[in-house]
Amino acid sequence: MGTSDKILGKSIDPAVHQMLERAEKLNMETAWDRYEKMLPQCGFGELGVCCRNCNMGPCRISPFDDQGPKKGICGATADIIVARNLIRMIAGGAAAHSDHGRDLAHTLLLTAEGKSGGYEIKDEAKLAALAAEYGIDTDGRTKEEIALDLARAVYAEFGKQEGPIRFTRRAPEKRVAQWQKMGIDPRGIDREIVEIMHRTHIGVDNDPVNLILQGLKASIADGWGGSTIATEISDVLFGTPSPVRSEANLGVLKKDHVNIVAHGHEPVLSEMILAAAADPALVAKAEAAGAKGINVVGMCCTGNEIIMRHGIPIAGNFLQQELAVMTGAVEAMIVDVQCIMPALGDLCSCFHTRFISTSPKAKFPGAVHMEFHEEKALETAKEIVGAAVENYGNRVAEKVFIPGEKTECMVGFSTEAIVKALGGTLDPLLDAVKSGAVRGIAGVVGCNNPKIKHDHGHVALVRELIENNVLVVTTGCNAIACAKAGLMLPEAAEEAGDGLAGVCRTLGVPPVLHMGSCVDISRILTTCAAVANALGVDISDLPVAGAAPEWMSEKAVSIGAYVVSSGIFTVLGTVPQVLGSPLVTEVLTRTANDVVGAAFAVETDPVKGADLMIAHIDKKRAALGI
Amino acid sequence: MSEPKEIFVRTDRCVGCLSCTIACAVEHSASKTLFGAVGETPAPKSRVYVEWVESDKKVPIVCRHCEDAPCMYACISGAISRNKDGVVITDTDKCIGCWTCVMVCPYGVIGRHLETHKAYRCDRCPDRDVPACVGACPTGALIYKTVPAYSASVRRHASREFVKAEGG
Repeated sequence: MGTSDKILGKSIDPAVHQMLERAEKLNMETAWDRYEKMLPQCGFGELGVCCRNCNMGPCRISPFDDQGPKKGICGATADIIVARNLIRMIAGGAAAHSDHGRDLAHTLLLTAEGKSGGYEIKDEAKLAALAAEYGIDTDGRTKEEIALDLARAVYAEFGKQEGPIRFTRRAPEKRVAQWQKMGIDPRGIDREIVEIMHRTHIGVDNDPVNLILQGLKASIADGWGGSTIATEISDVLFGTPSPVRSEANLGVLKKDHVNIVAHGHEPVLSEMILAAAADPALVAKAEAAGAKGINVVGMCCTGNEIIMRHGIPIAGNFLQQELAVMTGAVEAMIVDVQCIMPALGDLCSCFHTRFISTSPKAKFPGAVHMEFHEEKALETAKEIVGAAVENYGNRVAEKVFIPGEKTECMVGFSTEAIVKALGGTLDPLLDAVKSGAVRGIAGVVGCNNPKIKHDHGHVALVRELIENNVLVVTTGCNAIACAKAGLMLPEAAEEAGDGLAGVCRTLGVPPVLHMGSCVDISRILTTCAAVANALGVDISDLPVAGAAPEWMSEKAVSIGAYVVSSGIFTVLGTVPQVLGSPLVTEVLTRTANDVVGAAFAVETDPVKGADLMIAHIDKKRAALGI
Repeated sequence: MSEPKEIFVRTDRCVGCLSCTIACAVEHSASKTLFGAVGETPAPKSRVYVEWVESDKKVPIVCRHCEDAPCMYACISGAISRNKDGVVITDTDKCIGCWTCVMVCPYGVIGRHLETHKAYRCDRCPDRDVPACVGACPTGALIYKTVPAYSASVRRHASREFVKAEGG
């Protein structure tokens, strides 16, 4: 039976095709169906000219010159409304990443105090390095004593009033000086987010450029603050990732095992789920129930966290979460925070799957709430895994369909691992860039979005880059797309241009390096800063570029803003809700160059998007004289 | 002659989002895309309007293409005619911009194009099977049907209400 063109048009992933056919047969709805029902989407929303910030409204500005209102009731123009809406999205994204970072700081604090139920400090080298960065004394002190000081220091970053946020100083001096000159050097993580909410309240900041500058400031507090804290403290607690082999796609679910999907973002939960799933008593219970064992797999960024630290297979990216449930083989879908579709509740009720929410911050219709606190982490994790094991008996064999697709991948390229792969110094990479073997480096990140063919935006853009000798570093849903497409194997060097392929073969690494979850874009920033510092230039001078080919979340808006604020040209593959303001569009795509040395471009064709990045890289190479 | 379709309005369904006006302007733009249309000069114009009636009614209103069209008889330059599909059209070459059509239109749905100095109105989207405004309406407030089909749907609804009122 041939798959319909309609389904083939939704994704490039054969596992997705099979599951969508199955959804059609079972008359079950997915995000793709809901997207179609949403069409046409409201033009005012698409252009960003709708304001609901006060109850004189809602107001919306007509995008056409001679028709309809040109100002909101308060007098706000399209430029003001678009700028306010944009930075509120940045506030949402920065809050999400940073609250994730805060949770890690909290876990470290409890662990240092001996109050956490099962966590330990795994990476003492990282702990010492971070302590040195914070000026914390390490001589003759236990790791718990050092960790306590570090936890308090990073915790304080969130409530700091006058800055600086310590990790922002990893950026080259020139970059920090530029931030200070423009008034966008963040003072504290929470403060900048709060200030966005204040400024966008009725009757406060009504200068679109001043609004956007505050957006950039909060985004820097995310990227170089909250997200970096999330990454670094996760490494201290769970280990800094190093290259490991695993598998990606729905085929990692096992027909004869208790399948647990760990979905969401924070490793605080998933690390304990892994520990609990290895508990001999629970494994025995699973075997007694007729299963061959307990199979934990990841989904979305939780998946990225555990695949890169433990080689735990990853079942898919954002748009595959519903499809995993539709295999009928998932005993428990365990979630914490971010990018979890509330649609999972209704869907799980069509199967035996238990939808288990764990965070006091995130409850869902149709979910069983088994609240997770660090103090009793392992205990709760065992209860959750126990619930999954008990549910194995409820699985209906006729309802099980697991697509065979799974692809091998090599993941876990933290900054430290990259330096190690290079032989302990960045020099071989710098030499390869200087010689032109590696034309430049591209960070490709971001979500899935039914507005663009699933994984096509990611994979087509990345393929075009590596063919043109651009080394790709990736996180988030792009990383998962690349893993599924086989681009994260050293063998994928064959798909790269000659120069890049040679470097990959010499080092035994893939042309696309998995750097982690979405907060781990901080690793890309740290690496860029290290390269810029090694060359004595600013990040904006480097032959590097960024892209978010299938972005959809507020977090992605914050990411885009901090990547551009860090001096990196960034291509967006879906159109942001700003085109209702010619001024804001101009600021983001052009004027930003004068403020932070980089700007955005929007290109919905992924190959053309890659070509824009390559052209930018070539321009920077020429300026550097290489 | 086959039964022509008309644009009918179910005012109880309109939430005033103005999606119809955006879709109409986009359909009458050079690029025919939203993101292209917002940058075009002259700005594309919507031919559908949404009026607000106290206290909370929103009423989409668009050229009715009247069978006995006052505008057609009033036009002194002979610019307004009815095409083979029953759509009342303004020939912009003949329009002299006297606005007589505007004076006689009982619905107020004829616009003035400041750049071209011509009158413009709904053309029922000749390039589309379903007019853009109808396609864009998220709530089904705009319906594109023949008179018998629309009347039948109203009769069916009225019948159900009738039975309900009788306690059925």
